[in-house]
Amino acid sequence: MTRLIGTVSLLALVAALGAGSALADTKDKKIALSNNYAGNSWRQAMLRSWDKVTKPAVTAGIVAAADPFTTAENQVTEQAAQIQNLVLQGYNAIVINSASPDALNGAVKEACDAGVTVVSFDGIVTEPCAWRIAVDFKQMGKDEITFLKEKFPSGGNVLEIRGLAGVFVDDEISKGIHEGVAENPQFKIVGSVHGDWDQAKAQAAVAGILPSLPDDIVAVVTQGGDGYGAAQAFKAAGRKMPTIIMGNRQDELAWWKEQKDANGYETYSASIAPGVSTLAFWVAQQILDGKEVPKDLVVPFLRVDQSGLEKALETTEKGGVANVEYSAEDAEKVVGAAAKK
Amino acid sequence: MNGASLARNLRMLLPAISLVVLLVAIYALQPRAISYVGFNLMLNLAIPIALATIAQMCVITVNDLDLSIGTYVGFVACVGATMLTGGVAALPFVKDLQASGALPAVLPWIMQTPLAGVLVLAFGIVIYAALGALIHWRNLPSIVVTLGMSFVWLGLSVLILPVPGGQAPAWIRQMMTLKPAFIPFPIIAAIVIAVIAHVLLMRTSYGAVLRGAGGNPRAIERAGWSLLRVKAAMFALAGFFGMLAGLSLVGLTTSGDANIALRYTLLSIAGVILGGGEFVGGRISPVGAVMGAATLTLAGSMLSFMRISPDWQIGAQGAILIVVLAARTLIDRAERSR
Repeated sequence: MTRLIGTVSLLALVAALGAGSALADTKDKKIALSNNYAGNSWRQAMLRSWDKVTKPAVTAGIVAAADPFTTAENQVTEQAAQIQNLVLQGYNAIVINSASPDALNGAVKEACDAGVTVVSFDGIVTEPCAWRIAVDFKQMGKDEITFLKEKFPSGGNVLEIRGLAGVFVDDEISKGIHEGVAENPQFKIVGSVHGDWDQAKAQAAVAGILPSLPDDIVAVVTQGGDGYGAAQAFKAAGRKMPTIIMGNRQDELAWWKEQKDANGYETYSASIAPGVSTLAFWVAQQILDGKEVPKDLVVPFLRVDQSGLEKALETTEKGGVANVEYSAEDAEKVVGAAAKK
Repeated sequence: MNGASLARNLRMLLPAISLVVLLVAIYALQPRAISYVGFNLMLNLAIPIALATIAQMCVITVNDLDLSIGTYVGFVACVGATMLTGGVAALPFVKDLQASGALPAVLPWIMQTPLAGVLVLAFGIVIYAALGALIHWRNLPSIVVTLGMSFVWLGLSVLILPVPGGQAPAWIRQMMTLKPAFIPFPIIAAIVIAVIAHVLLMRTSYGAVLRGAGGNPRAIERAGWSLLRVKAAMFALAGFFGMLAGLSLVGLTTSGDANIALRYTLLSIAGVILGGGEFVGGRISPVGAVMGAATLTLAGSMLSFMRISPDWQIGAQGAILIVVLAARTLIDRAERSR
């Protein structure tokens, strides 16, 4: 009898081991999220996405733990100490949204030296031993002109709304837009204002520059968070509504939907999804699994097109940003794309 | 041993006792933290805090308070990550000028020497001394003067490094990542800092004068010492230790950021008080201050091992501070009643 039980339990053990290895070899690995700031809707959505994806992953036994940690004061030294504590707590990988691109390098190096896998995203770190999931903001700007080229093959006048002056992201997106215009000389940027990624600021800035602009503006290129404000300014000035490229904010999508239903308005919307934290999670999991992953990865944009508008609007809460959570397969695709380069 | 001296000894031992209690708690929560690697990781950020605490203690000795130490440490870190590595040429705006063609691509020796960084740091200490003199001369409240200075330092840091970056000098980096045999570097550094500050302030005769200027300024003045010079000396000393704090910090982080050490202002004051110092009367304890800084750092680690949400950690740190202060008050009361 005892022998039978022994055989059965041995069989069960073998089966469990087999099943375990088929799932992943990371079931005893712990992953932590070190986040420097949680004070705006984007970051809140980012943390919610993390929970939404990692909790089932822990339950399914893909990893042993995936705990988020946020520093209270958005301070570099605080986050450095947090990372060192996470190393001591025995996490196998730390996913970082960093308070500073350089100033955490010391702590990141200590973590790498202790054998911990470090994956940074959004706020990336420059330390070579860490992985980076960066955003190609320049491409985001260039894509806008590519879209316009298809819609207006003959070109036309374009108004540019920029972000917050002096911020790296603003520089990169604008560079991409200008590069696109240089390649497609049928387009001409007739004006450029700073909207600070804020609907009210963008509205005021656009209203201020409109009287000095020609009547035949075909499109407004934006950086996100400013499309709705631009539309309001054009409406108030009694101008013909140009094609305004949107940035996935709920108010922008809602306005677009309203126009689409009323007069078939066409545009597209793109931004970085807060769910990029979950992409970082899967990338960390794959590195722990022993997969060969290049150090520099690029996040895909979350793009909403004419056909996907209704669905995107449905899943985006009021005042929020359109979001998407990534799966292990998405992460594999991103890794594969980077490896090919 | 009678009761009074027992109480006095207890008060002196309080910082050490709180430190030991904390270490035991950490051992219980996370045994692997009590190891060579563990101490390195938990305490290396305590070195700059300990140095900033000593700097703050110098100012508190003469009954003043320095609210600018955090931004000053950040300023030093920015200078350390730029001018101390590559001279004036390492400054971002000089690089911009070079890129735009206003300056030649190859700069003369004078623009590249790290001596520029040394000069700027020395200038920082001179400013500190001048502040001390000004506060004494015009009888100004130090809180207001140093609060104002904190904005000046922050502004200068942003001018030097508009965006985080730069590179710490290799020799500082090497020193801060030393891995000596058996005893982790942060512990050795803490002992060295404590001993130097102790000898300087507690064992030399001028040290007694410096402390006396806080305890009984009139007596010191009647004895023929210049209070102006004492204040300037103490502030200069604060500037010096603050500089060491900034340099050690940049050695750990490898690059500068204007906002890197804003927390240090409050941490340093808490460290001094936790270590047995008092706001008035020249009552200080350099050894205790270093222990206080270590206690605060370890408290952060312990709270995160306990998985207390960071939103509560600041409050919990405050609670630890209050518990230690309450214990001290109890001991003080026992001392007085005898």
